[in-house]
Amino acid sequence: MNILELRQVTLAKEGKTLLDDFSMEVWEGHVHAIIGPNGAGKSTLANTIMGLSGYRDIAGDILFQGSSIKALGVDERARLGLTLVFQEPARFEGLGVAEFILAGAKDKSGRTLDRALEMVGLEPATYKARAVDKTLSGGERKRIELASIQAMKPRLVLMDEPDSGVDIDSIPYIYEIIRELKREGSTILLITHSPEVLRQADHAFLLCGGRLVDKGPMDTMFDYFNGKCVPCRHVGVPDKAEAVCEDGANV
Amino acid sequence: MSEELSQEEKNGLIAELLASINEHKYGPDIAHIEIHGNQVLGTHLVEGLEVSSRSLDQGVEVFIRVREGAVLKNPVHFCFGIIPEDGLQKIVSHTVIERGASARFLAHCTFPNAVKVLHVMDAELEIGEGARLSYLERHVHGPEGGVTIVPKTRVTLAEAARFSTEFELVKGAAGRIELDYEAVCGKDSVVDMKTRIFGRGADEIHVREAAMLRGEGSVGVLTSHIALKDRASAVIDSEIVADAPYARGHVDCKEIVQGEARARAVPIVQVNDHRAHVTHEAAIGSVDSKQLETLLSRGLTEDAATELIIAGLLR
Repeated sequence: MNILELRQVTLAKEGKTLLDDFSMEVWEGHVHAIIGPNGAGKSTLANTIMGLSGYRDIAGDILFQGSSIKALGVDERARLGLTLVFQEPARFEGLGVAEFILAGAKDKSGRTLDRALEMVGLEPATYKARAVDKTLSGGERKRIELASIQAMKPRLVLMDEPDSGVDIDSIPYIYEIIRELKREGSTILLITHSPEVLRQADHAFLLCGGRLVDKGPMDTMFDYFNGKCVPCRHVGVPDKAEAVCEDGANV
Repeated sequence: MSEELSQEEKNGLIAELLASINEHKYGPDIAHIEIHGNQVLGTHLVEGLEVSSRSLDQGVEVFIRVREGAVLKNPVHFCFGIIPEDGLQKIVSHTVIERGASARFLAHCTFPNAVKVLHVMDAELEIGEGARLSYLERHVHGPEGGVTIVPKTRVTLAEAARFSTEFELVKGAAGRIELDYEAVCGKDSVVDMKTRIFGRGADEIHVREAAMLRGEGSVGVLTSHIALKDRASAVIDSEIVADAPYARGHVDCKEIVQGEARARAVPIVQVNDHRAHVTHEAAIGSVDSKQLETLLSRGLTEDAATELIIAGLLR
């Protein structure tokens, strides 16, 4: 069953087409990955699904649990159960870690907070009293961002480069959060450059030039990382997408 | 000269002042001083702390001394205020923190019913060699905004002295503020000034913070975080002048502006010795879009998200 469906979504900004007649289906309860070269439109896709400012004026439609969310604001989409983990988490001067993590949680108890922090390998006693500001490293902020998602328990999580800026010892916690969210019934859409992150997924979509050029079970999609799209061998690739790849969209 | 109050009247006013700041009776080991209008209503001192006062024609003059080497364990609470809707409070204070002494002052300035109140503070502080003073001035105003606050503070720091100050006005309408703090820093001394104000309605805010880094290795940090909405306006003048070798300074000015509010930040950094280093950062504008969208994507409404971001900034 689809939890999310994009129907012929096109997004253009400043005369440049960022998503081009893009369609995809995301199955409920599965982990999906979006892969593709730099500039392919992966983060644009996540921002468009979330409805961020500058990514709302689209052609086509986005359906979440069978209903169009095209006209909804970010907060309205979030209240339906859709959320986004930003590639570069925001810093909030003075805002406490506890307040931040529990901001979107339905259960705002101390137990939820402690569990969310423990899930990302951060000691609650140490981190609860801190602020989500520049005193935290990039990796710590990323883990706190993921802890806030764990506390929110969304239906669908978009994770933009979940391993970016995270030290190597902390990576297992990121994967554990992904598995835990899946166990709890969430659907996950990973935006990634990393083969290791791709391994966490059940299925993957390959983007190039704002178009979907390939899709399939995770283990069939590793040729992208080996072949780097040259020469273009995408299954059922439209002529236009092949041209984009050959034009060198960072291949 | 103000009319002398009976002890019963003084006790009644003290109770009202404390109630307005949600404080209860202090324990015996907590020093506290209450001043209503231009009258000292009560003082309770602890070992190492001396306070005396005298009435002026229009105000009260207070002398505060923390004796050499004394370390005051608990903060000293000052409660300044005016309970009626109008009135004048002028306080001239002289504070000396003697060599090696350490104290924390917590000043509650409360004008809960103000419609036309003028609060003038003219303070001189001398922080002795190796001494430390932390001073938090927390204002509680009513919703009318009928308060004019003119706090002027001049601080002198001797060698290796430390002075940190925070001015906080985030509850009630600010009214009109003319805040002027200046510190002159000796060798290896440290001054840290913070201002946190939430301006609403037609509030007018002018903040001047200055650190003169005269001593070698002295450090100054000036921080102002201001949130403004409605038709409130603010001008922030932050100035650090580094005259000495290895002096270090930083100015941080952040202002969130909503509605028809206006803000202007003027950071001035001047270095008169090539071995000194001073930096500044200033950001004025609406709520940061990345912060806002992060909280929106957790399901908060725009109003709730904005409120949370501003609350953090002013913390």
